[in-house]
Amino acid sequence: MAIQEHPQHILLPAKVSFIVLTIALALLFNLLPWRNTAGVPDLTAAVLAFWCIHQPRKVGIGIAWTLGLLLDVGNDALIGQHALGYSVLAFLALAVHRRILWFPLWQQALHLLLLLLSTQLLTLAIRIVAGASFPGWTYFAGSFICAALWPVLSFLLLLPQRQAELKDENRPI
Amino acid sequence: MEHQPPPFFNRGPAPLVRLVFFVSIAVLLMVLDARFRYAESVRQVVALAAYPIQRVAMAPVDLFHAVANYFGSTAALHEENAALKAKQLRAAPELLQLQSLQEENKQLRRLLEAQERLPSKSVFAEILYAGRDPFSRKVVIDKGSQSSIQAGQPVIDDVGVIGQVTRVYLLMSEVTLLSDKDQAIPLQVLRNGLRAVAYGGAEGGMLDLRFMAANADIRNGDTLVTSGIDGTYPPGLPVATVARIERDAAYAFAKIYLTPTAGTDRYRQVLVLSNEAKAPPPVEAEQPVKKSPKTKRARKRD
Repeated sequence: MAIQEHPQHILLPAKVSFIVLTIALALLFNLLPWRNTAGVPDLTAAVLAFWCIHQPRKVGIGIAWTLGLLLDVGNDALIGQHALGYSVLAFLALAVHRRILWFPLWQQALHLLLLLLSTQLLTLAIRIVAGASFPGWTYFAGSFICAALWPVLSFLLLLPQRQAELKDENRPI
Repeated sequence: MEHQPPPFFNRGPAPLVRLVFFVSIAVLLMVLDARFRYAESVRQVVALAAYPIQRVAMAPVDLFHAVANYFGSTAALHEENAALKAKQLRAAPELLQLQSLQEENKQLRRLLEAQERLPSKSVFAEILYAGRDPFSRKVVIDKGSQSSIQAGQPVIDDVGVIGQVTRVYLLMSEVTLLSDKDQAIPLQVLRNGLRAVAYGGAEGGMLDLRFMAANADIRNGDTLVTSGIDGTYPPGLPVATVARIERDAAYAFAKIYLTPTAGTDRYRQVLVLSNEAKAPPPVEAEQPVKKSPKTKRARKRD
């Protein structure tokens, strides 16, 4: 009786303004002046994956690509590097979005870890082909931190959709 | 009659089609950027769009610095002030002699008919942030093409060379540090004038002095300064000291590692030197234009 153990709440529809706000905040986090700190979590990727999983009709590959281009320029990286990585991330998230939400949160985090790691591997491969050197294993730490943050992120980003206008304990909305 | 799905079921192209579309644009941009440097215009346009977000992202750090400055105790400031005064006093005799030495140098150079060294102009700038790209070592400074900064200018701090401006935006520019993998700088050992070229990319932010013979006269602790033969860096700026030398009989070259003198982790203030003030290249007596047809003809006969 898995359904009894994890009751499914019916959520309010997500507001576009809230999606835009969270993505903008994540972008700001990524563009903070990190001083070559290894393993800074790529919060934009995590928020993007979250919305691709929860709102696949509103957020998709096009938005991911645009965000990636912004980060490419903001990070002074190779143009198209993040754009490519985020497009693939969004595609993978869209591919698993029907299945992933049936798992408990920590298993969802494991799924996300795989998605983020494959994105990072792709970026690494591109940069090494373009002539960069391997930045060290701490490069992958960001993905693990992001995956560990997934339960917190899910709770926070779903919070507005849980706030019913008329509260009623017996109603699932 | 064709059966079209009703418009509220219409979801556009399939995800795989979209993925292929966007990935191909991204790959195209990457190839243009990495191989041909054609993507600079795209970068400039997107940089203008990203600039406000970047400034907002800088705001918490600026606020932190402002608050830290405000609460910086007067005792610490007094201490710093005293230290700076002492430093200035220590440097004073050399500074006082500098002018006469410069005159003397100019006169000697005139006597030797050597080219005069022209003073170079400089622009003061502050480091905004260190680059976030883990694959390269760059910093971003707060002066751009509006302050007439150009790509290729050398950047120094108060103790030595930091690197070179590699990309200029309207209000910021990007400085590639000497420790970046793609950066090279021609050097000279201060002790004996031996010339060498240092490359970045060694582990731990060190430089790597390549192609030095195993028996080259270079010792631990030697100071290396710019030699100025590249025409980019003015001669005589301190760059690095020798940290470790590995001489192995199996290899023709010694492995020499250098520690950079300048540290971008310590200070935020840098100077961007202009390399405009270079002397014009010497006029050649012979004109190579007349020679070229002859050589072509000679080749044809062969």
